[in-house]
Amino acid sequence: MANREIALMSHLLRRAGFGASRDEVESRVAQGYDNVVEELLNVGDGPGIDEDLMYRAYPSYFDKAAIETGQTEWVYRMINNRYQLQEKLSLFWHTIFCSGDNKVDNARTTVIQIDKFRKQGMGNFQDLILMLSKDPAMLYYLDNTESHKSAVNENYGRELLELFSMGVGKDGEINYTEDDVKACARAFTGWNLAPTIPVFPYGRTPFEFRYDPADHDYEDKTFLGETGPWDGEDIIRIICKHPATARFISRKMYDFFVADEPPVPSWRQAQPGDLDAIKTLEKAYFDSGYEIKAMLRALFMSDFFRSESVRYAKVKSPAEMVIGTLRMVGQHTTPQPGLFFVAMEPKYMGMDLLNPPTVEGWHTGAAWINSGTLIDRINFAAGLLGDTNLPGVKAIIGRLMNRSESLQPDEFVDGCLDLTGPLTVAAETRSELVSHVEARGELRHGTDAERDDFSQRTGEMLQIIATTSEFQFG
Amino acid sequence: MVSTKKDPVLAVFSLSGGNDFMNTVIPYTNPLYRDYRPTLAVAEDQVIPINEELGFHPAMAALKKYWDEGKLAIILGVGYPNPSLSHFRSMDIWATCEPDDLGLIGWLGSVIREIDPKADNVLTGVNFGRGLPRSMAKDGVPVASVGDLSSYGLLTDIEETGHRDQALDLFGRMYSPVLGSGIVTDYIRRTGLEALAGADILATAPDKYSSTVEYGASAIGGYLKDIVQVHNAGFGTRVLFTTAPYNIFDTHANQAVGHANLLMDVSNNIDCFMTDLREQKISDNVMLFFYSEFGRRAMDNGSGTDHGTGGVAFALGEHVKGGIYGEYPSLEPGKLEDGGNLQHNVDFRSAYSTILERWMGMDAKPIVGGAYEQLDFL
Repeated sequence: MANREIALMSHLLRRAGFGASRDEVESRVAQGYDNVVEELLNVGDGPGIDEDLMYRAYPSYFDKAAIETGQTEWVYRMINNRYQLQEKLSLFWHTIFCSGDNKVDNARTTVIQIDKFRKQGMGNFQDLILMLSKDPAMLYYLDNTESHKSAVNENYGRELLELFSMGVGKDGEINYTEDDVKACARAFTGWNLAPTIPVFPYGRTPFEFRYDPADHDYEDKTFLGETGPWDGEDIIRIICKHPATARFISRKMYDFFVADEPPVPSWRQAQPGDLDAIKTLEKAYFDSGYEIKAMLRALFMSDFFRSESVRYAKVKSPAEMVIGTLRMVGQHTTPQPGLFFVAMEPKYMGMDLLNPPTVEGWHTGAAWINSGTLIDRINFAAGLLGDTNLPGVKAIIGRLMNRSESLQPDEFVDGCLDLTGPLTVAAETRSELVSHVEARGELRHGTDAERDDFSQRTGEMLQIIATTSEFQFG
Repeated sequence: MVSTKKDPVLAVFSLSGGNDFMNTVIPYTNPLYRDYRPTLAVAEDQVIPINEELGFHPAMAALKKYWDEGKLAIILGVGYPNPSLSHFRSMDIWATCEPDDLGLIGWLGSVIREIDPKADNVLTGVNFGRGLPRSMAKDGVPVASVGDLSSYGLLTDIEETGHRDQALDLFGRMYSPVLGSGIVTDYIRRTGLEALAGADILATAPDKYSSTVEYGASAIGGYLKDIVQVHNAGFGTRVLFTTAPYNIFDTHANQAVGHANLLMDVSNNIDCFMTDLREQKISDNVMLFFYSEFGRRAMDNGSGTDHGTGGVAFALGEHVKGGIYGEYPSLEPGKLEDGGNLQHNVDFRSAYSTILERWMGMDAKPIVGGAYEQLDFL
């Protein structure tokens, strides 16, 4: 099978999901790129995992008394959801529509929001932000519960425009004024929660949305040049048809799936890295009537996505590092002890899932890396890739052995890089790796002793690959 | 500023989860205490009195001698306005000094930057625990996070030392700068070399240390011992942070036993920490500040206590002026907030400001976000 096709398919499966074993990549290549994209985009009705099995193995996932339980369940789903794009997209929306359990303090309410992203994340953008605007975790996180006809709290109204749909500006212009923010916030008065049930003695119950007509401002409002007695739904309708929204969501999508963009606050001045790509996505947004799936199809089928220049051009997020490595080595693909501990790893690496640092979300790209998180990233990935008992590592060893009766150091290094990516490393890095292997000569697997040595050296090489700067990219 | 021969060192220890103030420093002569705590009140004859009104929980016996020596300051009724009863939010507020907005910059991160603006020493700030605590987070400030000093470092899974040394050697070469590799890759490589340097230095700490002190076999004991080892090794570390296991002080139920065990674990290990520093003759330039993100409800719930406000913080060190700072919040029913919470009367930023101005010798205002009254414990 041509390496070119393997490399492209691996890229697609890393970006549209959390990566795949070489076996899966090969069968996907046989299926054909276009067909794989369609399969990723067409998610089945039921959950993409065996939920009964999961809840039997981890009964505490059911009521989620603590946020850590919600984090662990999500990690399990990210590893195992057969609809990988569905899961990746729920992470995508979580990084944009940020509410955090650090304030909401109700794990079930927080996790239910993610489940809505899972179910509606590939649907219509207008429906999605309408859902978001009624989501109890969000309304509480951004204080819409404190926004009243007589005393408007602008927090949700502002962030809906600034961080969730339009952005402050584009092409050097501002997208909306402070008066628009006020009108927007007034339109969402009365979008509130039902009175909460006390925590004790039965534990937390999820918050519920309740519209309070008596607390809604029915007066005329002028929003983005249109005047009327607008309600939140009208605001969302006006937002969605605005070119700034197409631009914003296209850039977000490009940033997450293709290549790192500068942070949102600079978007008013800083042009997109690839303006033509953004225009392609904007067109898909309007042509389809704001369908996310149509935008994703345009993205994955585009030349800019398939281009070799964007491969390994993004610093892996902690979730991608953790889930991608677990999928590579085939760990926690069924309920196993120890899931909780790996599920805390993204937090140690700076991505406390369900607890974004602020409504602005995580700073991505190089900002994922500092001296503390880099050690965690390296030790985590190296620890797993060096474990020659894990099924994914065994499979890599088997494939290397099948290549030839003996492998020269350079063939061995290239084989390991191929099977952990295919990953391309700097020429200097490759020659360091080759000389490291040369010290102990060629690798053979004719006898038991040779096979043991072969396995051990493969584990060590995979471990070293996990330490490279190149492995930090996905 | 307190004069010390060496640079001042600040160790901060968070009692994560909301420590029950009323059962830590107990108003044992106040009848309302017993009314509010039908299940959890500590019997008067078991309380360790520190004056006519207040006493320590019996599990804190190990700290009494520092009180008697005048080295332990107790800051009563510490908190901030409009308190949040969410652990995570309140921990963030203590970490960032931002009660109203969600802050990103940790106060200790700013302290590290102030001490070492160019990040010349990757070990100016060290965290003991996993991940980067919000208190130490600041862009461009390197912080090593040490889960366990005896096994800290890169590639610690490789058991054969020869192989690990080879791998680390290779790592150093692979991370050396390469022309034209791009801004992000350059940054990652530089960070990798910093991390390796920090880990190499930290790994030498256990060899420089020997002690007769035996710490308790808990996470808290481990972290406090590691703090002493790092301070003892003389790496120029000035800010050290650790936390009790996440949320462990969240004693909603079965508090009588659980809270006593926690207080004993903390007190005994802090005694070990101080005794060890003295044995090593390195106690003079260290102070320890320990606190919790909030206190708990005045009334018990029949088994434990729910989240409350107004808490207690402590400062311990050779140059700390022992005594009581702030006032014990009134237990009168009309003085409780929201039907059962103790009112704070000292802002935690006052405590921080005092430490920064009088111990670390720096301008506290930009770090804590304003001018706060200084306390006299330093």
